[in-house]
Amino acid sequence: MTALVLDDLEKSFGGLRVTASVSLAVEPGERRLIIGPNGAGKTTLFNLITGELRPDRGSIRLFGLELTHIASRRRAHLGLARTYQIITLFPGETLLRNVTLSLLGRSPLRWNPFVRLDRQAALAAGARAALDRVGLGDLADRPLGQTAYGERRRVEIAMALAQSPRILLLDEPFAGLSIDERRDVQELLAAIPRDVTVVMIEHDMDVALDFAERITVLHFGRVVVEGTRAGIVSDPRTREIYLGE
Amino acid sequence: MKKLVLALSLVGLAALPFWVANDYYVNIATQILLYAVFALGLNLLVGYAGLVSLGHAGLFGIAAYAGAIFINGGAGHFLGVLGALVVTIATAAVFAVLALRGTGLGFVMITVALGQIVWGIAYRWISITNGDNGVSIATRPSPFGLSLATAAGFYWATLLVFLAALTTFAIFVGSPFGVSLRGTRDQPRRMNALGYHVWMIRFLAFLFSGLWSGVAGVLFLYYNQFVSPQVVALGASAEALLMVIAGGTATSLGPVAGAALVVIMKNVASAYIARWNLVLGAIFVVIVIFMPEGLVPGSVRLWGWAAGRFYPRDGAPGRGARQQSGA
Repeated sequence: MTALVLDDLEKSFGGLRVTASVSLAVEPGERRLIIGPNGAGKTTLFNLITGELRPDRGSIRLFGLELTHIASRRRAHLGLARTYQIITLFPGETLLRNVTLSLLGRSPLRWNPFVRLDRQAALAAGARAALDRVGLGDLADRPLGQTAYGERRRVEIAMALAQSPRILLLDEPFAGLSIDERRDVQELLAAIPRDVTVVMIEHDMDVALDFAERITVLHFGRVVVEGTRAGIVSDPRTREIYLGE
Repeated sequence: MKKLVLALSLVGLAALPFWVANDYYVNIATQILLYAVFALGLNLLVGYAGLVSLGHAGLFGIAAYAGAIFINGGAGHFLGVLGALVVTIATAAVFAVLALRGTGLGFVMITVALGQIVWGIAYRWISITNGDNGVSIATRPSPFGLSLATAAGFYWATLLVFLAALTTFAIFVGSPFGVSLRGTRDQPRRMNALGYHVWMIRFLAFLFSGLWSGVAGVLFLYYNQFVSPQVVALGASAEALLMVIAGGTATSLGPVAGAALVVIMKNVASAYIARWNLVLGAIFVVIVIFMPEGLVPGSVRLWGWAAGRFYPRDGAPGRGARQQSGA
């Protein structure tokens, strides 16, 4: 069954068509890259998939399940996790607490007002494991406000992975990173097991190209071209968007 | 060390009627504890949920009115109090559904309006509330045969309720639900994406806050054996909010310090200065300038600063420095 299907998805803000009849299908375990210049509607597309925005038309299916009328918070429980382009973490809390909150979101324990969250050994172990996965195990007890930008990017990914998603949406995970940090994140993403389907947005083609099997090029809200890595790189339409003529 | 301080303050509080030995001051201590319960309840919304309510005196007052009306109607103390709390929670639910349509300023304005509606009912629905004259009740209860008619007896009862509130909130704040609530304050959008039901979390927090406002309202009713529209006026809501903000939002002891400050100013300063409100206002200005985070966290910070200045030997950052960076 196809992991993620967008069918004729449409979204306008006033007169601006940000998503114009987008259709695409992502297979289970696939690594899909969605590229396009700034303002192409990439993040809007993610917001439609996660339900933070409601589409004007069209449908979204997650492993065959129609998502259009499912509240966005429910989608997390159906196995949809995302990271944000502009980092939205809890700056006053420790890294461990940040990842714990992510794990807690999928646990019925989140409604419990009687026990100490700190004493929940299973949650803490899960959160530490997720931090180890992104190489931040040593910093678990440090407040997020005292970490570097590149480390926060990795916390962002750890929070998404901690939810054991079936589909992971990565919104520009390389944005603002140094070359060394990019390599770290690249290794991290390469290590994600194949039972997780990954869709990544990036506007810089070079950093993300190695990662993807199939690439979708978005421009002014439209799918301009879609295909394999080699096909996209040599396609004249891609060259036109990125290089201009 | 911490346990010793805790034990000593418990003993000091429990023995207060003996070492104060003056009913007037015992009654002031009772008032402080009563308003501390109210402020703790409000702090849950203002501090931990980031929802500033300016209508909580409405919930406090509804509990007092409902209790008085039930007790005068012959319900008995136990059923009267129970009924008062049920009515308060039901009202809080209505308040929450309406107010949670907005956050930020929208939330504030809706709670102001709801509080004013309660005031209007208290003032104008004379057949039930007796209008401006208010409602009196004849006696305080005697739970388990212990009379609460004396100042000391009522103080101890209030102290028990206060300690129950303090413990409940301490547990709540560190619980998964409490931490989730703080998450919805800082990053509602993120929390939603992580699978949390942001609206429901806020709604339940509002109910919980309303319940404790109701408990404080019932204590107020028994303390004064009287309730009038003044109790539900906008000024009363603002005073409660000032207690929370002056003491320190999202801290466990801040609301208690704030309640103590306001009650002491009201009772003690007003004996010497007719315009005691002016003094209270000046104190708030001083707090806002020197300790914008509130009395309790502000004192901790200044203490750390002073300790670092006068005992700089160990070279470690003072408690205040850590407090700031962790906030």
